[in-house]
Amino acid sequence: MSDRVPATPEGPAFQPSTLVIHSNRVYESQSNSILFPVHQTATYIHESVGVTKGYGYSRGANPTVNALEQSIAAIEGSAQALCFRSGMAAISTLCFGLLKAGDHVILSEVIYGGTTRLFEQVLTHFDVEYDFIDTADLEAVERGIKPNTRLIFAETPANPTLRLSDVKALAEIAHRHENVLLGVDNTFLTPLLQNCLNLGADISMLSTTKYIDGHNATIGGSLASHDVEMMERLRFVRKIIGTIQAPQDAWLTIQGIKTLPARLAMHCSHAGQIAEWLEKHPRVAKVYYPGLQSFPQRPLAVKQQKAFGGMLSFELDATTEQSLRFMKALKLCTCAESLGSVETLITNPATASHCDLTVELRERLGISDRLIRLSVGLESPIDLIADFEQAFEVIFGGAK
Amino acid sequence: MKFATKLVHYDVSPKDPYSPMSTPIYQTATFEQEHADSFGEYDYTRSGNPTRRVLEDQIAALEGGCRAFCFTSGMAAISNVTHLLQAGDEILADWDLYGGATRLFGEVMPRAGVTVRYVDASDPERVAEAISAATKMVYLESPTNPLLRILDLEAIAKAAKARGVLVCVDSSTMSPYLQNPLALGADIVMHSATKFLSGHSDVMGGALVVKDEELARRIYFLQNAEGNALSPFDCYLVLRGMKTLKLRMDAQQANAVRIAAYLAGHAKVSAVHYPGLATHPGYGVQMRQARGGGSVLSFSVGSPEAAKTIAEKTALFKIAVSFGSVNSTISVPVKMSHASTPLALKEARGIPAELIRLSVGIEDGDELIADLAAALELI
Repeated sequence: MSDRVPATPEGPAFQPSTLVIHSNRVYESQSNSILFPVHQTATYIHESVGVTKGYGYSRGANPTVNALEQSIAAIEGSAQALCFRSGMAAISTLCFGLLKAGDHVILSEVIYGGTTRLFEQVLTHFDVEYDFIDTADLEAVERGIKPNTRLIFAETPANPTLRLSDVKALAEIAHRHENVLLGVDNTFLTPLLQNCLNLGADISMLSTTKYIDGHNATIGGSLASHDVEMMERLRFVRKIIGTIQAPQDAWLTIQGIKTLPARLAMHCSHAGQIAEWLEKHPRVAKVYYPGLQSFPQRPLAVKQQKAFGGMLSFELDATTEQSLRFMKALKLCTCAESLGSVETLITNPATASHCDLTVELRERLGISDRLIRLSVGLESPIDLIADFEQAFEVIFGGAK
Repeated sequence: MKFATKLVHYDVSPKDPYSPMSTPIYQTATFEQEHADSFGEYDYTRSGNPTRRVLEDQIAALEGGCRAFCFTSGMAAISNVTHLLQAGDEILADWDLYGGATRLFGEVMPRAGVTVRYVDASDPERVAEAISAATKMVYLESPTNPLLRILDLEAIAKAAKARGVLVCVDSSTMSPYLQNPLALGADIVMHSATKFLSGHSDVMGGALVVKDEELARRIYFLQNAEGNALSPFDCYLVLRGMKTLKLRMDAQQANAVRIAAYLAGHAKVSAVHYPGLATHPGYGVQMRQARGGGSVLSFSVGSPEAAKTIAEKTALFKIAVSFGSVNSTISVPVKMSHASTPLALKEARGIPAELIRLSVGIEDGDELIADLAAALELI
């Protein structure tokens, strides 16, 4: 399958690594500035009443945000993409745009805690129904579809256990039913490593805060789809509820996305090395990483992903208290929320991203109190492994 | 402290080791945790950011609230307010609203099971009579946009409070300098920070201010859950803009008073809507509940064609949506800011097609009047 996508409908086709740098050059003709300007403006002067040059008010559209949208569309392989103030603003706009009171949604049972919170504590007030289902279990998904099901929203690899769902198979199930759409939160891999739209999903969602920006500089989200009518509806709702990305953050994200292919290659390489090293360590009880031979769903990863990604999680052969002290003993791995940045970040999902889940549910999903999630950064893996060794030494005084 | 002093004397950089005079821009997504299983004051910028907190605290202080929240647009702020309600609830709104609010109430909220009913709130008793068992919020602007009607906020708030109904006031045309709805009894004040707060047409932003901790907790929850908080850089720009809020608005209002008087005396102008004119029906209420008429006004010139000519032939008044900037702008609401209001509603609401809205800037007042005079010559 070719990845070559035209930068513009008329333009020549390019590889993704070229597109992320050149997808919006068409706009850079006015001053020959090598970088696209930040249009830090709220409003635009009309040529005459009701006649603009395509931009009337930045809540509806902004040239800098549009330049980022072209970059995202380029890697999604879609005609258009929409950028939002945050990943949650993207999901929230998707839901308020497409759902109405009485509709039903199927959510992956292992999913980002913020998505759970939106459904359980906001959308439920507007009579949106939902069920958490193991979307890796296709029969369970099929059984879970109700007459009022409008959306399957899956996350794969899922946060934080890296559980995989078969996007192509989910799309087939969704499309066998009338009016059921498949949306995929593709934040962990980005379209460069897993193209959900090509696999049949109707909507690809990204938290651009993560790998797309890649530098922990911004908060942002995006939605892409081949369905032009749906994109127009979402653009309209975004304008109404005012959730568009800010120009400065869009500009920073445009800078970030240019190194996305290079960064992803390094993230994946480093994560693979660290996953293998951790798996062999006597103080490590379990490592979740789709690239490991021991990962039960590895064949699915090989089938639908182009690489195994930069995220992994693991459990130490130790108590929760020791695990938490181990995290803090690390010097290069910073304890902080978020992922996908050049810095290696480490979190304890039970007290961070998934703190809203009950203990019983977390245990069933494999999100134990001692589970550690690692977003592997671009530091040298030699230094990262040395950092783990010194932390093991501090907590356990060397190997068991 | 007087308002002018408050605008520049506050803690612009809490806990910053270098004591900068200007608030640092925390352009970061995340913050290092103090412990592996617990968080410090800030953990993730969607949930909280030091630059944003300085802005929110300053807006709360200026409005006399206990807490303020900043959003990525004024509409994101209004959208957040509506999510305090749930399916089956009703919003009672004055009929003269910003087109974007009307569109939210008409296109998005009904799908979520929330209904909106419109009332003429210029008579507070009508509001009291219209409140039903399902009414959970009264939503108002004063002065209204674009007709500059004046609503008696204190009387309406009193009526709503007697029925346990929240009152939210969009005070964007006044800013905290000219009007403080919380002191008049409102529960929530909304500002489009795009307007006077930033004042330079360089930021999209919104703010909500409350005086009740429980309401603050609920709004914060939604701000974080829906992820629509204002970005750090845009917070910085609003902070920078707000330091000159009084200077700008004094200059803009002085120009607006002169322009309103000039237009009112012009033979080709059939109506002028400006609450700073003593002839305005809401003048008395406005002078009681606000500190002036502001710098937004609208007027009629007889025909839609004449309105188009004036908008296009003025040189200093640029045709643009939005208001409250240092630049003067001119718009034909029916075709621009209120283009999204359904035609039937526009007609029922009596927003004439020939209505022209001015947002008066800080340019020289004589030049602004000469610019309007020259355009009026052409019709």
